[in-house]
Formats: sequence, structure tokens, C-alpha cells
Amino acid sequence: MDQNAVPVAPAVTPGPVRAPNVLDLIGRTPLLQLTRVTKGIVPERVRVFAKLEGFNPGGSVKDRPALRMIQEGLRRGALRPGRTIIDSTSGNTGIALAMIGAALRYPVELVMPSNVSTERKKVIAAYGAKIIYSDPLEGSDGAIRLCRRILADDPEGTRYFKPDQYNNEANPLAHYESTGPEIWRQTAGSITHFVAAIGTSGTVMGTGRYLKERRADIQIVAVEPDDAWHGLEGLKHMASSIVPGIYHEDRLDRKISVSTEAAYDMVYRIAETEGLLVGQSSGAALVGALAVARELDEGTVVLIFCDWGERYLSTRLWTGWTGDGGRA
Amino acid sequence: MPIQIRVPTPLRKFTNGAESVTVDATTVGALLDQLDKLHPGIKERICDDNGRVRRFVNIYVNGDDIRFLQNLESPLKSGDEVSIVPAIAGG
Repeated sequence: MDQNAVPVAPAVTPGPVRAPNVLDLIGRTPLLQLTRVTKGIVPERVRVFAKLEGFNPGGSVKDRPALRMIQEGLRRGALRPGRTIIDSTSGNTGIALAMIGAALRYPVELVMPSNVSTERKKVIAAYGAKIIYSDPLEGSDGAIRLCRRILADDPEGTRYFKPDQYNNEANPLAHYESTGPEIWRQTAGSITHFVAAIGTSGTVMGTGRYLKERRADIQIVAVEPDDAWHGLEGLKHMASSIVPGIYHEDRLDRKISVSTEAAYDMVYRIAETEGLLVGQSSGAALVGALAVARELDEGTVVLIFCDWGERYLSTRLWTGWTGDGGRA
Repeated sequence: MPIQIRVPTPLRKFTNGAESVTVDATTVGALLDQLDKLHPGIKERICDDNGRVRRFVNIYVNGDDIRFLQNLESPLKSGDEVSIVPAIAGG
């Protein structure tokens, strides 16, 4: 698109224009074709689209599984009045659970490493949820273990409802029921490759399963940090982590490892070329998607941009490492 | 001066699983050099080829980020505790 050809109306209208409840605004996120950051890298007949999950009301892709897990808990009676929603989270799921808890008037307690970004802590507090901090040196696996210990003090299971995003099939199911069909429709069935970074693996598992059922030759690609020691907040290096119960590596066609530096640099390029400020997991996903796209002659590659970049302005992605408070 | 270093889980493969290591040093930079002498290879994970702390790595002296102190020149005194803190993974 040249600078004179500004469209008069958006090509895709995200979600309904009027809703009775904030939870009705979850999902139906827009798909944006990336034409500038891909220029000179991707062959002409290959299209790359990003699904902008930051448009969810909680600001990330996690609204989908959080809502689905809570609906499932209510349906089973595991979540009922008097109980508190509790889970361990690196941030976005926590924000989603806090938002949904506020909307449904359920108390929420979240276990997270104490070094999660200030923005996350403040957003969660704004929704009225309580944060329980775990040892930052033990990362998100430390939060998982602390949450298990808290629940061990409630052996009857009468105080808490734990969505358990790492092991709850309602997590991938949310993507099977919503993200997958949306992408199928938004690409008119032309998608050839789906790329998503792995946190719990819910997105890639659920969306992947739906797309494979529509057309078995659609390639499902997962992106993960290249090392246990990385700076890609929200993503998991499977070989060195507590592996989620919902993760089935045999359902992936390909796995791509991305370095922290490459993902950060991509975040800056996306902002400067596309006018889109996203988080580091989106940078990692695009590094992976471009590795896939550049090898093709033609095709339609769809990737997930999990959230917006404002949520990380206080983190190493943007501050502190040049000595003058900005990035180099 | 003995300084205690708290080692995060992903780097404990260098320290034979130890959660903390004590070394003698007067600055954070010297502390990392000492740590690497005891546990070869660990500094390369914390600093890049130019010797600067990697962009995504956080080092704290008694809870204060060294980027807001004097980076690798940040002074240390007996009894200080240095933490090397990773990013947060997984949903």
C-alpha cells in the first residue's frame, strides 16, 4: 500500500460493534497482512498474515483459553459461588483470569514470579485480583510448584478452582473452537502454514488440530526459545521445562528455535515498518514465520501476534540496557 | 570479600546444581570473572562477546538492578547478595 492509498474503511471489522458484556468481545480478532516487514525476504506469491490477538479485551490471546476454562469449570460445578479462581501464570493468563473474574464477580488469586513486569502487576491489581509471588530465580516452574503447594492446603477442593492452563484440555479447545475457524474463514481456506510460539502450547495445539481437520496438508509450526536461558517472556523452552500435559509434539510438523536477540530485533522492525507495537513473543513468531515463508514458492502463512508491546515497556525489551534508558 | 551469588535454575547446570555460590570480588564484573573461573562457561551465558551483560539478563545487588547502579562496575561489599534473574516463561 502506498502512502496515498489510505483505505476508507477497515477490511475486517473486529468483533461485534455492541455487546452486553465485556466477555462477549473475546475473539473475532482481525488478521493483518504483513507487507513491509516481509519485503525482500518473502517471495512475491507468498502472503504472510498476523492474527492480532491484542484486540481481545484483556489485551492478549489468553482471553480465549481463560474464558473457555472458566466456562468449563462453571459447567462442571468446580467453580461456584464462594470459591476463588487460582492459577500460576507468567502474566497474560493472569490478566485474562483477573478480567474475567471481575466481570463474573469471582475472586482471583494468581501465583507468579516476583520479577513479572510492573505493567502486569498493576493491571492485575486494577482488576481487584490478588498476586502471590514466587521465587524469581525459579521462573514460571517455581510458580507452578508454589501454586501446587497452596492447593495442597485445600485437600477437599472446596476453596479454590484452578483452571490449570498447562493441563486443561479446555485451553486448546478454545483455539479449536474459535481461533482455528476464524483463521480458516479469514483466509477463505487458503492457509498453507500456521505458526505460533509456545507458552502452554494451547494455541498451536488447538488451532493446529482444527486446521488439520479442514485440510490435512496445512503445516503446523511451533516456535520456541533456542535455549533454556532466554528473554522471551511468556514462551517455554520445552526440553528444560515442566512439559504441559496438553502438549503433544508429535502433532507438530516442524519446530523452529529462535534466539532472544533475533526476536527483540524483529519487534523493533515490526514497529518501524508496519506501525505495530507488539510483544517479544510476536517477534519470535515472525522470525519463525519468515523462516518458513522464505522457503516457499507460493502459500499463505498465518502467525499469531499474542499481545501488544505496551505491556513490556518497563522490561529489558525496551529499557535499561543502553545505559541511557532507551534502546540502541 | 565474600559475596553470595544466587544462581537461577537454567544456569545451575554450570554449578553442579548449586543454588548459590560464594566468591571474593569488589565489583560485579570481577564477581562474574571469579564465577567463571569456578564454573567455566557460565559467564558466556550472562555476557555477550563484547563483555556486556546480555540484553535480557537481569543482575541485582541486594535487589537493585545493576543497570541503575554502575553496571559491571557496581561496587560490592561484604555480605552483599547478587542475584542473576531469568525472564519468565510459559503462559
